[in-house]
Amino acid sequence: MSKAILYDATQCIGCKQCEGACAQQNELPYDDKVAAESIQSEHKYTVVLANDDKFMRRLCMHCNEPACASVCPVGAMHKTAEGPVVYEVYKCIGCRYCMVACAFSQPKYEWGKLNPRVRKCIMCPDRVKAGRQTACTEICPTGATKFGDRDALIAEAKDRLRQNPDNYIPHIYGLNEVGGTSVLILSSVALEPYGLPAPAKLGTEPMPDYTFRVLKLIPDFVPLWALVLGGVYWITHRRVEVALAEVSHGSEQGGSK
Amino acid sequence: MKTKLTFWRAVFCLIMAMGLYSVFVRYYYGIGAVSNMSDKFPWGIWIGFDVLCGVMLAAGAFIVTGAVYLLNIERLHSIARPAVLTAFLGYVLVIVGLMFDLGRPWFIWHQLIYMNPHSVMFEVGFCVMFYTTVLLFEFSTTVLERFNLTKPLKIVKACLIPLVILGILLSTLHQSSLGTLYLIMPTKLHPFWYTPALPFFFFISAVAVGLAMTIFESSLSSRAFGHQLELPVIVELGGALYVTLWVYALLRFEDYLHRGLLGKILHPSYEAYFLWLELLLALIIPLVLLSFRRMRLSATGLYVASCSTLLGFITNRLNVSITGFETWSGHHYYPRWTEASLTAMIIALGFFIFGLAVKYLPIFDDAHHAPHALVTELATLPETAHQPTLVH
Repeated sequence: MSKAILYDATQCIGCKQCEGACAQQNELPYDDKVAAESIQSEHKYTVVLANDDKFMRRLCMHCNEPACASVCPVGAMHKTAEGPVVYEVYKCIGCRYCMVACAFSQPKYEWGKLNPRVRKCIMCPDRVKAGRQTACTEICPTGATKFGDRDALIAEAKDRLRQNPDNYIPHIYGLNEVGGTSVLILSSVALEPYGLPAPAKLGTEPMPDYTFRVLKLIPDFVPLWALVLGGVYWITHRRVEVALAEVSHGSEQGGSK
Repeated sequence: MKTKLTFWRAVFCLIMAMGLYSVFVRYYYGIGAVSNMSDKFPWGIWIGFDVLCGVMLAAGAFIVTGAVYLLNIERLHSIARPAVLTAFLGYVLVIVGLMFDLGRPWFIWHQLIYMNPHSVMFEVGFCVMFYTTVLLFEFSTTVLERFNLTKPLKIVKACLIPLVILGILLSTLHQSSLGTLYLIMPTKLHPFWYTPALPFFFFISAVAVGLAMTIFESSLSSRAFGHQLELPVIVELGGALYVTLWVYALLRFEDYLHRGLLGKILHPSYEAYFLWLELLLALIIPLVLLSFRRMRLSATGLYVASCSTLLGFITNRLNVSITGFETWSGHHYYPRWTEASLTAMIIALGFFIFGLAVKYLPIFDDAHHAPHALVTELATLPETAHQPTLVH
């Protein structure tokens, strides 16, 4: 069963305990200075953004069909059966295509290091595999960030929208965006100001399909194109052979006269 | 031996000195210290210029070898070697550029063991690796000839046609795939440049640039190395360039028409200025120039048209990889001087090694070219053989 995180922005009080728990879980530095940073980075996988009294949490969306995993030339990223999209650093060559390809711009980079790694929320895969919840959901005091089965969380989100329609914009962000994600967001305000692309812009088609549409033509294209090129060679050189044959034939005739 | 310090030698030394300093910064302090790349802009000119433009500018070889060996256009034979040399150098330098750009270049060989066939980057990487090897073999004939190694030369020459076909196949794939790289970013890349037709545009423009680059290098090296410029050859290339540019221009127009952007591209905006520059240099100037028969037949006309085409498509690649992302990222990217100096060093090395190769290898030496089968056999036929056809 695929796991997911439901973030309900209307229940978030901006305490940033999720940030601290995440840092501790991933052995990242966390102090007042880091807490004040309102941007995700190599040392801050998740951030709680504030806009007046409204909060919005940013983290990797853990797409069902992740662009980062599909573009990686060495397959250093992959979606696990449990839901998390994880990164295997020992494979990575550092091309940063994952960073460019991610519609949510989640992968960050260790720009100052000599053997840099891609850094992003990996949804505590060890915990999830062991049947536990993620560090951020465990610590959340209000239940704004909730862990569970994706289907159950979707049902719950729909429930909340039905019961309190005035509290929310009527949309579960991540339900169908880019083919669905393992992080689902409920909010009372639009998400674009917080850097999340508008649902209309993202569409519901998984990002990897955009390239695979072209890539899948290659196995058919290669033999066809090779045949055409070989054919061109054969025809042009056949002409030369014919020309030669005619010339020598002509010379024989000329000799017999 | 005394070496004179000419202007260009001084420039070369200066570029190398700055470049070597940047190499040190790159490998001592990391990418962040040497470049202006950041989480907001993970790809800069090392991808936009060194890789995208580098591969594009090296497209001449697959077009010229295709024309000479497959289409059997014997007249172009004399430019096959310079084109193959340019491409071989170009691809090697692309790989050198990647050594700076990749965060973990020491693991580049992972490409061979951890393959992800769903990745366009994997496909590009594999094709580039494979094609560089093909070019090495195609180029090896020149070196083997130079040192009179007849036996290996015979083997390579026997494989030449399959090599040429393989080279065209691989080039078709990765030239277009460099465009496919950007198809996964429909929400990020500006609509002026994001189009499902990107792979086609990248391929057709690579053909145009390959032709323009061959004209450019023939003109330039005839001046630099004092050999005769073969005007009929570049006139022929110019004709092909003219047609290719028309095809490209019509397809670009169709694309904007169907996506309803014709009004927007005419409306002044940050992106529009860069688009205008691109279209002016890549299409308008060369197409207007080449539309005059007098220009199509003149060395200067062809030289100017090809220079404009090259600059135009370099602008195009930089627009796709940099300009097109600035609005989305909310961040203006421009290369840091150390970042640009590494690119400059790669270009300077390209010119330098090309010069050395021309000096010491039979690149422009026509006497060494094996004449075409028809010509040889006609020559070996008895004198009388020609008579009937001539009289007739």
